[in-house]
Amino acid sequence: MTFLVEMRGIEKRFPGVHALKGVQFDLRAGEVHALMGENGAGKSTLMKIMAGIYTPDGGEIFVDGAAVTPDSPRAAQDLGIGIIHQELSLMNDLTAAQNVLIGREPRRSFGRLDEAALNRQTAEIFASLSLALDPRTMVGTQTIARQQLIEIAKALSYNPRVLVMDEPTAALNDAEIAELFAVINKLKADGVGIVYISHRMDEIKRIADRVTVLRDGAYIDTVDAATTPLDKIIQLMVGRDLAHVIPDFPDTSRNAVALEVRNLSRGRDVRGVSFDVRKGEILGFAGLMGAGRTEVARIIFGADKRDAGEILVGGQPVDIRSPCDAVAAGIGYLSEDRKHLGLAVDMSVRANIAMSSLSTFTSKAGILNEAAMQKTALSYIDKLRIRTPSDLQDVRLLSGGNQQKVVIAKWLLRDCDVLIFDEPTRGIDVGAKSEIYALLEELAAQGRAIIVISSELPEVMRLSHRIAVMCEGRLTGILPGGAGTSQQDIMTLATQRESAVVEAEDA
Amino acid sequence: MSISTQDAPKSVAARMIATGTHQRVLAFASLIILLIGFSIASPNFMQTSNMIAILQATSVNGVLAIAVTLVIITGGIDLSVGTMMTFCAVITGVVLTYAGLPLWLGVIAAIATGAGCGLCSGTFVAKMKIPPFIATLGMMLILKGLSLVISGTRPIYFNDTPGFSEISRGSLIGQIFPAVPIPNGVLILFVVAGVTAYILNRTVLGRYCFALGSNEESVRLSGVNTDRWKIAIYALSGAIVGIAGLLIASRLNSAQPALGLGYELEAIAAVVIGGTSLSGGRGSILGSLIGALIMAVLTNGLRVLSVAQEWQTVVTGAIIILAVYADMLRRRRSA
Repeated sequence: MTFLVEMRGIEKRFPGVHALKGVQFDLRAGEVHALMGENGAGKSTLMKIMAGIYTPDGGEIFVDGAAVTPDSPRAAQDLGIGIIHQELSLMNDLTAAQNVLIGREPRRSFGRLDEAALNRQTAEIFASLSLALDPRTMVGTQTIARQQLIEIAKALSYNPRVLVMDEPTAALNDAEIAELFAVINKLKADGVGIVYISHRMDEIKRIADRVTVLRDGAYIDTVDAATTPLDKIIQLMVGRDLAHVIPDFPDTSRNAVALEVRNLSRGRDVRGVSFDVRKGEILGFAGLMGAGRTEVARIIFGADKRDAGEILVGGQPVDIRSPCDAVAAGIGYLSEDRKHLGLAVDMSVRANIAMSSLSTFTSKAGILNEAAMQKTALSYIDKLRIRTPSDLQDVRLLSGGNQQKVVIAKWLLRDCDVLIFDEPTRGIDVGAKSEIYALLEELAAQGRAIIVISSELPEVMRLSHRIAVMCEGRLTGILPGGAGTSQQDIMTLATQRESAVVEAEDA
Repeated sequence: MSISTQDAPKSVAARMIATGTHQRVLAFASLIILLIGFSIASPNFMQTSNMIAILQATSVNGVLAIAVTLVIITGGIDLSVGTMMTFCAVITGVVLTYAGLPLWLGVIAAIATGAGCGLCSGTFVAKMKIPPFIATLGMMLILKGLSLVISGTRPIYFNDTPGFSEISRGSLIGQIFPAVPIPNGVLILFVVAGVTAYILNRTVLGRYCFALGSNEESVRLSGVNTDRWKIAIYALSGAIVGIAGLLIASRLNSAQPALGLGYELEAIAAVVIGGTSLSGGRGSILGSLIGALIMAVLTNGLRVLSVAQEWQTVVTGAIIILAVYADMLRRRRSA
C-alpha cells in the first residue's frame, strides 16, 4: 500500500549539530503514529521538515506515493499537512477567531473582511471541539491551556489529512487530555493520519497505533504500540538501561540553609511560593510552560519586583531590589536564553568570563589588566574543560555546551553561593549534556546551593536531590529526588490546577 | 475541553476596556481638559477662527501620523515620512510647474510617488531584512537629498496652477455653511482618517498589520506571505504621506525642498500620545488623530497665552514622556 506520507533518508544540519542523520518515517491514513525520543533526538526537526518550515539537506518526501518538496508552510498546507507547534505561536493582540483563521479570513470585495462570517466559522470549529469559547475573546487574556486549545482548533480548521501534534498535552489537565483524545479518535475515524509527539509514556499506550523512535538524530526502530512493552520503547529511546541513569544523591538534609524564600508573590504569575535550598543541594524545579518557575527565579534575582515575600540568604533576610543586590548577596542567575541574556556572543571567551567582575581586573587608573584576565580565563577553560582554540575565540563560534560553560565560569568568578540555572541544557547536544550535569554535581559537592529549572523531566529527575513542582504560579509540592519519584508523581502535581478543581466541583 | 461558561461573551464596554482603549480615552480626556483650560485662561482661544486655525495646523501632522501609525502597528518605525512628504511635494511641483501638466496629474503624482517610496522602504525592510529604523533613516536622507537635487535647492511655486492652493485652503464646507469655513485640508484629514481606520479594522491588509506586529513568525507559519503584506503596508503608508505632501505644498503654494526634517518626529509623537504601542500589535487611527490634535492645541494655546515658542517645544516633549509613562503604569498594573 502507499503511505499517506513517507520520508526517506532525511538529512538536516544546523551549525554545530547534525540534527537528522538519514531518518525515515511513514504515516498511514487513519492511524496515530507516535514519534518518540529524548529531547534533542530530532523529532521536532523532522516534523518541521514535513510541515515545510525547514528545508531538508537531503532525502525524499512522498505524499500519496508522489515525490513532493514542501518548501513553505503554505505548500505543506496545500498538501494537507497541518502542524500544532510545541511552543504556542498565537498572536496575543488578536481575537481567537482572528487567530484561528489567520491567512484565510472570509473576505468580501476589495479585501474587506467579513468579520461576522469569521466569527461564525470559528464558532463552528469550536463547537465541533466542544470548546465553549467566544470567538471574539482576546487570545492574550486566556490561560495557557485555552491557548493550546485555540491552537488545535486553528490546525483543524485547515481540514488536514495529516496532523502533526508536537506535545499537545504538555499544558493540559486530565479532563482536557481526555477531550483531546476524543477529538483525535474522531479524526482517525475520518481517515486523518496523526503524528503524535509526547514525552508522556502512558499516553502512547492510550492513543498510538505505531511508535517510531529517534535517538541523537538517527532512526532507531518502528514498533507496534499495542504489543511492545513500554520498557522496550524507553530502552530504544535512551539506548541504555534506565536503571543506571539516576545516581545516588548525597544526604544534604543537615547542611545549612543557603537560600530561603517565604511567601513570594507577584500578580498571577507567582503566588505564595515558599521553599529553601541547602548548601550542597541541587533543587530541581519542574512544571509546565507558564507555571511560573522562571518568574520565581527572576524575582529572587531581583530582575522583577515582588508584591510580597521574603528572601533569606544564609539565614539573614536580604532586601533584593535589583540583580545588583542579588549578586552582592551571592546569588547568580543563568538565564534560559543565554545567547540574548547571558553572553556577549561577539566578544571573546576571555572578555565574557571577566564581564561581570571587571572591577577586579581594573587598575586604579581605570585600565583593564588583560594579563590577569587571560590567566583567570585560561584557568577556567582548564577547570571546566571548555573546548576552545584560545581564550580570544569569539563565543559565538563555540558549541552550545561550551557556551554554557563560559556562562558558568562567569558566575563562578563572582563566587556566588547560590546559582540558579534556567534550562541549563536547552539547545545543547546530548553528549555535552552529561558534561554539564557532571559540572552541576561538582559545584554542589563544593558546597554551593544549586537551583535547576528544567522543562525536561528526565533532566530534573536525573539531577535533583529534591524536586519542587509548580502549577499556575503556585508551588504544588516538593518531592524527594531519586528513584522513589516517578514522572507520574511530578505530572500530577504539575497539573494540579485550581481551575481543574473548580471544574470538578461544577460537574 | 469542556470549559465552563465563565468566559461567556463579554459586554461591549468590558471589551473596549480590555483592548487598550484606555490610553485613547486618557488622550481624549487630556484633549478636553486642555481645551477647557485654555478657554478659561484666554477668551481669544475659543473663537471659531482660532479653532479652525488649530484644525488647519493639525492637518499635515495628522495625515503624517496616520501614515506612520500603520507602520508602527506592524512593529516597525518610519523616520522618512517628513522628507518623503517634501519629496512628493517637489515631484508635484515638477509635474505642475515645470511640465505644466493638469492639476489632477499633480495629485496622482504626489500619491504615486509616496506609494513608490513606501514600496522601497517596505522592500528594504521585508526582503533585505534591514531594520526599519535603519532602512527609513536611509530613505529619510536619500529623499531629502533628491528633493534638493531635483528642485535645484529652490522652492517651486504653483502660481501657474491657480486651483492648487484650493486643495488645502479652499473650503467646500464654507460654501455650504458660511458660518463654519472649515478648510478642505481639514476635510481631507478626516476623510483620510476615516478611510484608513476602515482599512485597518475591516480589511485583510489591516488585519495583517496587527498580526505582523503581534507575532510575525506565527503569521508566516500560518502560510501568509508576510513580506508582500509588509511591503503593501509601507506602500499604503507612503501613499498617505503623498497626500500630506499635497496638503503642505498647497498651503504654502509652493514646494519647499529644505522643509520636512523634524516632521517625522512630530508624527511619531502624535502616534505615541494616541496610545499606539511602539512594540507593535496595538494602536488606532483615532488615537493618532487625537494625539495630533493635542499637539496642535498645545502649540496654539501656549501661543495665545504668549508663551515663547522655545517653551512650547519643551512642553511638547514633556507631554510625550508623560503620555507614555501613563500607558506604562496602566499596563504594569494590569499585567
